[in-house]
Amino acid sequence: MSRPSDHIDSPTPAPKSSGITQPTLGFAGYIRFFWRQLTSMRTALFLLLMLAIAAVPGSLVPQRSADPNGVVKYFKDNPELAPILDNIQAFDVYSSVWFSSIYLLLFLSLIGCVIPRTLHHLKALRTPPPKTPARLERLAGFTTVDSPEADAAAAIESARTLLRKSGYRVRMFDGPGLSVSAERGYLRETGNLVFHTALIGVLIAVGIGGSFAYTGQRVMVEGQPFVNTLSDYSTFKPGRFFDESMLTPFRMVLDDFSVTYERENFNAYGFPIDYTADVSIDAPGKGVSQGSIKVNQPLPVLGSDVFLLGNGYAPRITVTDGEGNVAFTDIVPFLPQDANLTSMGFIKAPDAKPAQIGMIGFFYPTAAQLPTGAMTSSFPDLRDPLLTLNVYTGDLGLDDGVPRSVYSLDTEDMTQVAGGDSATEAVRLRPGETANLPDGLGTVTFEDARPANSSAEAGYADSVLRFATLDITYDPSRGWVLGFALLAVGGLLTSLFVPRRRVWVKAVDREGGGIRLEYAGLARGEDPSLDAAIGDLAKRHAQQLEMKESQ
Amino acid sequence: MTIVLDDYSLLAIYSAMGIYTIAFVMFAIELAKRSARVPAIAVQTPAGQLASVKGVTATLESVDEIPPAPRYKFERIAFALVVLGWIIHVAAVVLRGVAQGFVPWANMFEFSLTSSAIVVGVFIVLQRWQDLKFLGVYVTGFALITLGVGTVNFYVPVKPLPPALDSYWLIIHVFVASLGTAFFAIGAGLSVVQLLQARREAGKKSLGLLKTLPDAVKLENLAYLVTVVGFVFWTFTLIAGSIWAERSWGRYWGWDTKEVWTFIIWVVYAGYLHARATRGWRGARSAWLAIIGFSAVMFNYTVVNLLFKGLHSYSGL
Repeated sequence: MSRPSDHIDSPTPAPKSSGITQPTLGFAGYIRFFWRQLTSMRTALFLLLMLAIAAVPGSLVPQRSADPNGVVKYFKDNPELAPILDNIQAFDVYSSVWFSSIYLLLFLSLIGCVIPRTLHHLKALRTPPPKTPARLERLAGFTTVDSPEADAAAAIESARTLLRKSGYRVRMFDGPGLSVSAERGYLRETGNLVFHTALIGVLIAVGIGGSFAYTGQRVMVEGQPFVNTLSDYSTFKPGRFFDESMLTPFRMVLDDFSVTYERENFNAYGFPIDYTADVSIDAPGKGVSQGSIKVNQPLPVLGSDVFLLGNGYAPRITVTDGEGNVAFTDIVPFLPQDANLTSMGFIKAPDAKPAQIGMIGFFYPTAAQLPTGAMTSSFPDLRDPLLTLNVYTGDLGLDDGVPRSVYSLDTEDMTQVAGGDSATEAVRLRPGETANLPDGLGTVTFEDARPANSSAEAGYADSVLRFATLDITYDPSRGWVLGFALLAVGGLLTSLFVPRRRVWVKAVDREGGGIRLEYAGLARGEDPSLDAAIGDLAKRHAQQLEMKESQ
Repeated sequence: MTIVLDDYSLLAIYSAMGIYTIAFVMFAIELAKRSARVPAIAVQTPAGQLASVKGVTATLESVDEIPPAPRYKFERIAFALVVLGWIIHVAAVVLRGVAQGFVPWANMFEFSLTSSAIVVGVFIVLQRWQDLKFLGVYVTGFALITLGVGTVNFYVPVKPLPPALDSYWLIIHVFVASLGTAFFAIGAGLSVVQLLQARREAGKKSLGLLKTLPDAVKLENLAYLVTVVGFVFWTFTLIAGSIWAERSWGRYWGWDTKEVWTFIIWVVYAGYLHARATRGWRGARSAWLAIIGFSAVMFNYTVVNLLFKGLHSYSGL
């Protein structure tokens, strides 16, 4: 923080003299020494620059907090480097020991600076302007006006009124020559202190409030219900002091998820224009209410907010095994891979007999073929939906109790029987179709989500359900953080743009009668307009004297 | 209609670039001429002294005669061209906005178009406060590179607004960020000149034209005032961005790559403000901080947007 000009940072280091033994510092002496060092401006500046540098690595390496999948991928791509980086907390930079110690030291230094300055400022607020210096001519904006007739007392009195009206604190002095001493801009230092204190407030609000926060994600397919309990979330990130009783009881159903695509502008054909998730919320004692969620428009539900973060298709797939039993039937969310929603999903049927079945599926809402022969999607809506499945058989690796992601398939202990390099082509299905799996493994069906009596005119619309990724967040700190941040801006503006200055007007008797009016100022902190302000004061003072004369 | 307006917008961009190029050349010629000429004109503001007052009927005169401002003909023409080019440039921005029906700063091409217009606009407006025309080469050069790269490498035809950007915070957050960038750009330009000037004042070999420019202390003060305004806008950008992030992603701060760099820039400039009040850091060192800060802004705007993975990577490329 910029200091007033009367602040002494630290004494200029004395020239080093050799041969003189320094008195030894006691324990308290060392503490005081380190405290002085820590709260010095130089240290604050050093810590600030360190903070800037320390924040850089977090943008170069994926962070667990912002991009957990990126971290997993980084480990896969750099198996040797990743553990080393992990040791120095490079994937958790902003909660790492080294980053935390820098900002905690910075804030300690800040507190050590703010407290004495607040006391100093409180004293300054009660102190009247200082005595007029004997020689004004060395000060900023020194201006003189000769006046053979004016009466010193009247002139100074009029200057006093003028300065008071301009927001100065004034005090009269009668030394060698009558004078008025004036000071203004105490708000500058007040703003400065408010700014820095508000930053401490932001840190505390983030720290404490964030501990009570939670955020959880849920992949919801149209028609499926969600109950706000821990077990119903797909992923959940609790704050330090989170308690399951903090989850407000409500039930939510995704009634409909609709997307509007651009169909007129050929430069942006298939570009999404709007996503809307219509939900019904059932809260005990409040009945069922309807609401809709858009990307920049979260839905508040009982103190928390529901955000719409992502979406995609969720085909319903049924696998019947070689013995004729249903081994798998479920709605499977497929993760989008490109803008036209070519999507990828995994099917695992561990109970299938005679062998376990695993499938890697690709879903194309509007199937098209690339010149290379590979399939792709040419439009994100359901115009010509196609599901292709690569089929594996063998050990899914689910029986030994190791947790596996539903969004991956470990094919190490499996044999590919359809698609890829295997002898059989990948299974291709349109909604409502069933295909036989090779080697007598059974059949697979791509269920049509439309009711049986729907008209054929609508094409494939609604033949596959959509899912939406909803994020439910509760964060009691945000109001506080915003409040402190705005306070900081207010403080910053006053501390930068309110000039703090002292101004003196002195009447000196001239040889041969009359007086000479002297004007001068002293900047306290940055004050680029001081000279102009003194000139302006002299001008207005002269005008006032003139006015008095003519009355 | 949309396409026609967009074509007119492009036409206006090319015209503005043409005019800026001429202005750039003329600014450069002027600087070269000043290097050749050696009239040691000390630009100094007279210490306001009031004198010759009869009675209390004060007539005010300044004692020192203000030296007649040297007339740099090429610079004056170049500046007039900058104003003309800017009007056409702004027309391009407006046409693009009308063509698509929302603010023209939603992808890399549009950022480049609008932020360069804001930089030139701030440069023009600042002349009313202080003669900074000697930065003309720098500002027109900056605008030309930004417009050129933006139009050649990042141009995208008019597209609808993606749902992720469909928020009034787009209008506020990005605009204020561009405004902050503009002040940082001019502040950094002044800091560079300050460093050159300080070298000259230290007696090292230097460009002759520096003799016609304000002294290093004056340049430092000007750079500070401009940068401080940028810092206020940047602080506001940070807060507006957090509010938008909270509305859009459910958290106000998540250390996304763009957030990280916005934070780094803020901290570097906070360091700059403190450096001015730290013994041993005034002058060249704080000037370097301003230059590093603006380099970080440019890095954030280019490399982070284009190469880093993050939530802000919807730049429409």
